Amino acid sequence: MKHTLEMNPSANPFSGKKGLNRLKDRMFTGIVWTLGVLIIAFIFGLLYLILQDGLPKITWDFIFGLPSEIDEGGGIGPTLINSFYILFISLLISIPLGMAAGIYLAEFAPDNKLIGFVRICVEGLASVPSIIFGLFGIALFVEYFEIGLTILGGAVSLAFLNLPVLTRVTEESIRSVPKELKSASFALGGTHLQTIMRALIPAALSGIITGICLVAGRAFGESAVIILTAGVTTSGEMWDFSLFSPGATLAVHLWYVQSEAIVGDAQEIAQKAAAVLVFVVLLINLVFRIPLWLNARRTKRS
Amino acid sequence: MLESTHAGRQPRLSSELGKAILAGSSKPFDRRSRLFFSNRLFRYLCIAAASFVCLILFLILLLMFRTGVLTFSHISFADFFFSTEWNPENEQYGALIFIFGTFALTALTLLICVPISLIIAVFLSVFVPPWLKNMLRPVLDLLVGIPSVVYGYLGLTVLIPLIRNVTGSGMGDGLLAAALVLTIMVLPTVSRISDDAISAVPAKFSDASYALGATRFQTVWKVLLPSAKSGIMYAVILGMARAVGETMAVVMVIGNTPQLADSLLKPTSVLTSNIVMQISNVPFDSTWNYALYLMGFLLLVISLLMIVAIRWLQRKGAQA
Repeated sequence: MKHTLEMNPSANPFSGKKGLNRLKDRMFTGIVWTLGVLIIAFIFGLLYLILQDGLPKITWDFIFGLPSEIDEGGGIGPTLINSFYILFISLLISIPLGMAAGIYLAEFAPDNKLIGFVRICVEGLASVPSIIFGLFGIALFVEYFEIGLTILGGAVSLAFLNLPVLTRVTEESIRSVPKELKSASFALGGTHLQTIMRALIPAALSGIITGICLVAGRAFGESAVIILTAGVTTSGEMWDFSLFSPGATLAVHLWYVQSEAIVGDAQEIAQKAAAVLVFVVLLINLVFRIPLWLNARRTKRS
Repeated sequence: MLESTHAGRQPRLSSELGKAILAGSSKPFDRRSRLFFSNRLFRYLCIAAASFVCLILFLILLLMFRTGVLTFSHISFADFFFSTEWNPENEQYGALIFIFGTFALTALTLLICVPISLIIAVFLSVFVPPWLKNMLRPVLDLLVGIPSVVYGYLGLTVLIPLIRNVTGSGMGDGLLAAALVLTIMVLPTVSRISDDAISAVPAKFSDASYALGATRFQTVWKVLLPSAKSGIMYAVILGMARAVGETMAVVMVIGNTPQLADSLLKPTSVLTSNIVMQISNVPFDSTWNYALYLMGFLLLVISLLMIVAIRWLQRKGAQA
């Protein structure tokens, strides 16, 4: 049919328009494919660029070494430990609180104006720029409690940053659990608490864990909050688990080295630190997702 | 195994029950009221957690406002909002440069980011075969998690030399560099949510369009994009919120000089970058610090307004 149209264009009054339309469609297809492929390639190029510059040069000395202000060859040991330590404390605070708030909104909350307002609050808190949490942390910990720039202040401020996201993720995943599961649990005589603990949360776990890993990756790389509340220096010791020592994390150290430090090999440290940072974030995403993936396969088979 | 636990539990339960019957006073600890009690307790804990989340938002709002508003005891309202003189050493606190910078940067970022994101969203939802789609979507999700410092670092080491080479200007940092870095950061978010919105358009719409003889371009342009409009708007606002509040990536490429950005390649400063660069050097009880908190309060108000806009869009989408 295509052929006949092209052979006698005068037969169809719309043929001129049709040709134009087809040309537009071809161009559109071409543009979208080219740009799509280009951008995807660009993204992979970006990841490759970060990892290939830094990863081959990383040694154990670098990962566990002390950072130095003047001499070359400084490591990232304390900052890396601080990163994990602050992440751990902030999750310890934000996961129970966030999950409890999410469970309340999904299970207990009546459907009225007040709860609608609470939902807006959670959403609003989720959209507050991270630097505001930093300012809040300064006002709270440095000014009000007068403990200075500490790991504790950084971790708590970071926990506040994560809280709304966890609340929303928990609420959404619990809401998406099929009603039958809940009804079945009630029918067996389970109380509300038993239903939540033994039926709803296990069924919603995959969504919740995805949310937690999202939050953990974000918290691990967060720097604005940490600069303001935990400072840009470390205590300079390797295994320092005091809550009240200054706690620069790896992300902060990367910024510090790149823009403030006077070390000779700052460029190389920044390269390696960026590679470690990206590597760990990718790892957090992968490690958390592998059990989910296995679980999904197992449930699919049965 | 089941039997053994059953058998093991039986005597304990009965003895517990027996005790409760024997001693009338220990009634609150029988199984029934214990369950009732723990249910109640759990419920109250959950309520407390939910109110705590709200409390934080109000504490932040209150604290930022209370500290920020002290600025006006030293300088006038007009001086803060309409003056371009930011010389804290000489007691001049005009924030117009930073406010303008934030708006200009956000607008420029959206100008670059939205068309590209839409193309990626259409690419993912309409063009790509399912197996490739399932591979690409997690990759985009992964990109959202890359720390902003890393983007800033890449901007500083890769993008700025590139801009210097291409334009031949001496510095390279400024609005253009910041907008490009922000575009790369916001792109995954905006395109993924738009992709979800386009994929959620019922298949019968596009089927009907194709059945009427429309080309793919016409279907995407006149059917899919208009139907997914509210979802796409949501994505754009979310991207906007991220661009307004982003700090570290911007700090590293914008130049941090308090001058009005009348050119794309001129080093300037925005609200976030100015706060983070100066806050640690000022005493808490100074006008300088109050002015910085006021700028933070402005950021807070802007981002909350965006949430209101999103709610409004969602309600409109639900009605339609």
